[in-house]
Amino acid sequence: MSVNNEKIIEIKDLKKIYVRGSEHIHAVDGITLDVNKGEYVAFVGPSGSGKTTLLHLLGCLDNPTEGSLMVADRMVYCENKCMNERDLTKLRRELFGYVFQKFYLIPTLTVEENILLPFAFYQKEDAHKNAKHLTEMLGIAHRLSHLPKELSGGEMQRVAVARALINRPKILLADEPTGNLDSKRSAEISGIFQQLNKEEGITIILVTHNHHLAESAGKMVELKDGKLV
Amino acid sequence: MPSLFGIAWKNLRRKRLRSMLTIVGIALSTWVLVSLLGFNQGYENSLNKDIDNLGFQVLLTAKGCPYEAATLMLKGGTGLKYMPYSIVDSVKANPQVEEVTPMLMQVVFDPNKGESGGVTAFLGIDPATYPKMKTYLIFEQGKWFDKPEAMEAVFGYEAAELEQREVGDLYLLPESDVEVTVVGVLKRSGTQDDGTIFLPVRTVQNVYKLENKITSIGIKVNKETDLAAYEEELYKLSDVQVVSMAQVKMTISNLVATARVMVMSIALIAILIAMVGVMNTVLMSVLERWQEIGIMKSMGAMTSHIFKLIWFETILLTFVGGIVGSVMSWILATVTDKLIRSVLPYSPTSALVQIDVLLALKAIGIIMAIGLISGIYPAWKAAKIRPIEAIRSTDGEL
Repeated sequence: MSVNNEKIIEIKDLKKIYVRGSEHIHAVDGITLDVNKGEYVAFVGPSGSGKTTLLHLLGCLDNPTEGSLMVADRMVYCENKCMNERDLTKLRRELFGYVFQKFYLIPTLTVEENILLPFAFYQKEDAHKNAKHLTEMLGIAHRLSHLPKELSGGEMQRVAVARALINRPKILLADEPTGNLDSKRSAEISGIFQQLNKEEGITIILVTHNHHLAESAGKMVELKDGKLV
Repeated sequence: MPSLFGIAWKNLRRKRLRSMLTIVGIALSTWVLVSLLGFNQGYENSLNKDIDNLGFQVLLTAKGCPYEAATLMLKGGTGLKYMPYSIVDSVKANPQVEEVTPMLMQVVFDPNKGESGGVTAFLGIDPATYPKMKTYLIFEQGKWFDKPEAMEAVFGYEAAELEQREVGDLYLLPESDVEVTVVGVLKRSGTQDDGTIFLPVRTVQNVYKLENKITSIGIKVNKETDLAAYEEELYKLSDVQVVSMAQVKMTISNLVATARVMVMSIALIAILIAMVGVMNTVLMSVLERWQEIGIMKSMGAMTSHIFKLIWFETILLTFVGGIVGSVMSWILATVTDKLIRSVLPYSPTSALVQIDVLLALKAIGIIMAIGLISGIYPAWKAAKIRPIEAIRSTDGEL
């Protein structure tokens, strides 16, 4: 699926300032950026450059301090006004899938239950059909009844990816998705992301230190000291 | 598809020992609570049963201490005071009276009882009226006396066991040279009558030189009678003490009230300890799963979902603990009965701790309600977790 010019995320002069006593830390310092539908964007930069904070802001997991953020034509934050928590939750359900470095699988639930976990909170049609499709695509269909502790790191991350995609999100956000994996498993995840972007048309935004993964993205955005380079 | 309830259940199994210990705490509290409620219910029923089994609503005794009179009414007593037999006719004269039965209690020292002798109590009764009032007394062997002055005895079940007597045997009345023939042995009734030796009232009067004397009169009045007014009327007779069923109940209830308050306080403390235990367990669990809960919120869990999830865990803990505690209290009811009996000033003859399904359900309901209250803080704490805080931190903080 090719990238079109329809904007899915628009940010203007976005800032995130943390206050530690008298010190003000500008984690994200006035970034203006658009992400188009179907785009595959990688945020790169040194540690502390603000990549992860920016990703959290884009994913509506955190509130900016200043600026504006619009996602899928809905104003999430503008002029110090933020969407209420209920609407933010609905937005997350509808638009986003999240993949984290530490997987965050629930250890007491099986692979299948972990993948279907979002549907403990809301209903969606074809959940099982989608789960079957995803597990086959990600090569974990034979592991459905296993507990996370019985899986390898690569398998755990694939389960986390399946869980992130189970609600058919328009945007997949991934924070260091290969950070805990060896090079072989990293390559597998990289391939999966490319496939999801090209075949399923999912907009992917990821944060990585992994050059191979970053190079596989269509667009690389470099940050330093909270600003675009 | 995972459900909130299923997730809660699986989470409790994650730290099995901790969950088990919490359940044990709740079970012990439930045991105390069920036993207390069972005692409240059982004592009332048992006391009512004992009083109903008296067969009369009012007992007339010679004037004396009301507590002694109450004891006399239920258990027999010593230091007896006597009334003239003629008072029976005065009582009978009232049209409100349905039935009257005179009784003469006699307590004698029996040197052959036990190793160094003991006290034996006889109850002299009127064979014409007493059996009519005590309809629950059924014979294992034999029957009541033939004549009011017959030299015969009827043994209660336990008295017959103790004295090793059967129908046809002779029994030497202590402190006399008179022998009576055993003409009847009663079946076990679960009342004080089981330990009583019954003789005709005239026989007791004759043998123990108590001519024309009785210790009490059992009075059964018709249903329309205003008991309070009737009691007032009875006091017009000289030197009598009127003991009504209501008075007996009140007197005994007052004696037992202190014990009840004590047991209730213990139950309250046990419940409070269990509450703190539940809150601690669930709160620990929330803090340990800080990130998981945050991730759930990032996946679309509303505040209400997380609140419910944590509350379900509390419900499960208290429900299982409540069931275990109820079963425990049912199994240990006899032990609890003995324990309570040992501290009470007066215990009715039948079971003091009566536990039924309704009572157990009530106790489980109370325990679950308390569990739900103690689950509010941990659930609220979990529900207000913001995804970003959870993702950034490793553990939650209080």
